[in-house]
Amino acid sequence: MKLAYWMYAGPAHIGTLRIASSFKNVHAIMHAPLGDDYFNVMRSMLERERDFTPVTASIVDRNVLARGSQEKVVDNITRKDSEEHPDLIILTPTCTSSILQEDLQNFCDRAQLEAKGDVMLADVNHYRVNELQAADRTLHQVIQFYIEKARKKGTLPQGKTEKPSVNIIGISTLGFHNNHDCTELKRLMADLGIEVNEILPEGASVHNLKNLPRAWFNLVPYRELGVMAAEYLHTEFGMPYVDITPMGVVETARCLRAIQKILNEQGVDVNYEDYINEQTLHVSQAAWFSRSIDCQNLTGKKAVVYGDNTHAAAITKILAREMGIHVVWAGTYCKYDADWFREQVSEYCDEVIVTDDHTQVGDAIARVEPAAIFGTQMERHVGKRLDISCGVISAPIHIQNFPIGYKPFVGYEGTNQIVDLIYNSFTLGMEDHLLEIFGGHDTKEVVTKALTADSDMSWSKDGLAELNKIPGFVRGKVKRNTEKFARDRGIETITAEVLYAAKEAVGA
Amino acid sequence: MTLADTQPQALNFECETGNYHTFCPISCVAWLYQKIEDSFFLVIGTKTCGYFLQNAMGVMIFAEPRYAMAELEEGDISAQLNDYEELKRLCLHIKRDRNPSVIVWIGTCTTEIIKMDLEGLAPKLEAEIGIPIVVARANGLDYAFTQGEDTVLAAMVNRCPDKAPVAETEKEERNAISKLLNFGRKQEEVKAEESEYADHPPLVLFGSLPDPVVTQLTLELKKQGVKVSGWLPSKRYTELPVVEEGYYVAGVNPFLSRTATTFMRRRKCKLIGAPFPIGPDGTRAWIEKICSVFGIEPQGLAEREAQIWESLEDYVKLIRGKSVFFMGDNLLEISLARFLIRCGMTCPEIGIPYMDKRYQAAELALLEKTCQEMGVPSPRIVEKPDNYNQIQRIKDQNIDLVITGMAHANPLEARGINTKWSVEFTFAQIHGFTNARDILELVTRPLRRNNSLKDLGWDKLVREEAKV
Repeated sequence: MKLAYWMYAGPAHIGTLRIASSFKNVHAIMHAPLGDDYFNVMRSMLERERDFTPVTASIVDRNVLARGSQEKVVDNITRKDSEEHPDLIILTPTCTSSILQEDLQNFCDRAQLEAKGDVMLADVNHYRVNELQAADRTLHQVIQFYIEKARKKGTLPQGKTEKPSVNIIGISTLGFHNNHDCTELKRLMADLGIEVNEILPEGASVHNLKNLPRAWFNLVPYRELGVMAAEYLHTEFGMPYVDITPMGVVETARCLRAIQKILNEQGVDVNYEDYINEQTLHVSQAAWFSRSIDCQNLTGKKAVVYGDNTHAAAITKILAREMGIHVVWAGTYCKYDADWFREQVSEYCDEVIVTDDHTQVGDAIARVEPAAIFGTQMERHVGKRLDISCGVISAPIHIQNFPIGYKPFVGYEGTNQIVDLIYNSFTLGMEDHLLEIFGGHDTKEVVTKALTADSDMSWSKDGLAELNKIPGFVRGKVKRNTEKFARDRGIETITAEVLYAAKEAVGA
Repeated sequence: MTLADTQPQALNFECETGNYHTFCPISCVAWLYQKIEDSFFLVIGTKTCGYFLQNAMGVMIFAEPRYAMAELEEGDISAQLNDYEELKRLCLHIKRDRNPSVIVWIGTCTTEIIKMDLEGLAPKLEAEIGIPIVVARANGLDYAFTQGEDTVLAAMVNRCPDKAPVAETEKEERNAISKLLNFGRKQEEVKAEESEYADHPPLVLFGSLPDPVVTQLTLELKKQGVKVSGWLPSKRYTELPVVEEGYYVAGVNPFLSRTATTFMRRRKCKLIGAPFPIGPDGTRAWIEKICSVFGIEPQGLAEREAQIWESLEDYVKLIRGKSVFFMGDNLLEISLARFLIRCGMTCPEIGIPYMDKRYQAAELALLEKTCQEMGVPSPRIVEKPDNYNQIQRIKDQNIDLVITGMAHANPLEARGINTKWSVEFTFAQIHGFTNARDILELVTRPLRRNNSLKDLGWDKLVREEAKV
């Protein structure tokens, strides 16, 4: 048993559901107790999704415990098949079904006999993998399923597309700024004259998966999601892939050069150097920013970085290599992939921290007292407590990290966004500091927040106690209204009863 | 039953498939740890439970909450680790860091399935570490959302002291100096205080409410001369009310049936079955029922109710004649529907996770009476609803306002259907005369918002759905 208040990566089924609900017309059925379908709430709230999240539960209740699910799961699958005609239904195990050890594969096989769509059991074990690993695995599983199906039917298209093309693998629902990143990547590919063959899994249809091998290569922008699928396509079809995250000026250039190499190996003659040069010097503002005096002021300032592998590694490199900021430590919660992280960031920070314990992260922040933090929502709150500003660079995230405005993290526009994020975190911190030295903007002490400093009304003890329960920001208003109410009625002492009578009278 | 049918009839109960969205009952820790200030809630479950609390309870997690997960690992599931030793280690850790007056263990689906004997382990560990351990099995196998509070309070009923401690005044009398200094004045005050109340057997109320609402309802009863001897839960675990055989108890929320049963069966209390004090009509009926049990003639209630209704008129006129549909997820549905029907709304369907017809009997009777008096058809009450079917019905019936969970709210809004997020009713102050306006504030908010947008022509924001 582990005492835990907060976790960075969710349980395995969340990963599977993210993949399922990213695809078009794929439905997930969770084998889970009542209340485990809060994924729908998260998706509906965080992504402000207009459509119903295609996830339902086949409820595990007392009867299921006593007798097994029996027909229930099969019925739920076939029912959903006839109601919404999904192309694919993914039966999703949860922690509960993991320990019940029912033969879910058997349910899938039986349901498949009746269902018009395909039925699949997600191959994820709650106790072995987390959200990110499960997502990676499920995406791989879905791709493999449809490639093999096409192969069996002999419908696998042969040959490559006419012009150089790419599959972008790893864009998913509830991913950090994923939809903006996707737009930016498409734009980048268009600039390079590369056609986008398929984007996975967001918005993809399972019918198109057989077309994946037609692309000339795969691009996997995020370390956490898509590598397994890219590896699979590499083994099956010898498709090369680029897994360099184009985040930051240097890494974007590195990614483009890797693409250039792959394409040239396949017989096209492309040279992206001019494009990289033009973008770096004149389109993206990041290189110019590094040179400007604003950035000079940041030289040697201390920062810490924490997040998932992709973002924490990329931001660490940007801070250290592109802005001259001193990254005291960089950390990740992707413990299962820690070696990759170490290899990426070791030379750009003093210390590497690998943990998924938020108290350890909090203590490490308090210990080094950085000028700014780049982390998840949790680190933002640590920053609040320690009075250090924080830029949020990675999931877990809140609704404010699903901005409506265009805010990619990848590509050249991404470099601009990151500059703003980093710069704003630091200046705010410095401004705060100056204010403290000079004693704040307004050094005159405010005597009272109420308009009338002295009132002739007397408050009884219980009245005062009730008043103090009212949140601070409205307390003054309530106090004034109550006193006015009492004065109008000639009440001398204000008790709790008077307070509430006044509330009723003003209808507030 | 069709909508055109205006003849009121008896309530109609149905039961569907139970494929509906609601919160897991462990969510009760979010408000109970805030209510019971010296408690610590330990949820014994998996990452799934933890992720739910972290996400559903939003920012509260950052305020150093007095709750934590005892996250079960593979070794716990396969019993390679000893449950008792593991729990002891964590509870000692909690004792050292927080020193709570009580640790509440919340059993989850996983502890049920692996049959972890929490009720058996708790007394042993309690004796060993010297902190009371209360066990509540608030799991998604058996319960929905607010029923979590019910399981916790039912477990706490058994911890209420059964004898009043030595009264304060007696203790003071032993202290000669304070007696000399204070005796005369205090005695008078005490007498004056007592004379405000009618002579009636002790009454204990149950249900967790924010402190201001506790004060409001207590004062409301005081006006009728009814004294509230205690409240379950109190602000602190160490202040649990005395419960003796023969005491009267009354519930303030519709989801507390296990707590009520425990009071009656285990503590031999008498339950006052009343409608719940939600809305001015409910509040009045609640007070009247309590008064009638104690043989008190209520004073000024009719005027008070009328006065509240008058102050609500600006909101009521926004919803009068409109229809409301409860998808059902928190068990407040019957009381809220009854209040909204009294406001002049029609209600074709009340979805509800679980319907205790005995505990809610008075509330159901008031609902039926309200429908008759308002001349609207009785709603169908759908227990364990099926959300998919409900959405078809909502589309067919052209509903003006759907009260639903967050999973459906945005998709419905995008289809031009007004929604109110149901969970807000459990966190807002909705009890008593004073807060009736807050209920309508919530109910009318989507209508007021959409009124200001109505000329923009933006109500349907999804592309026509392809009919397959």
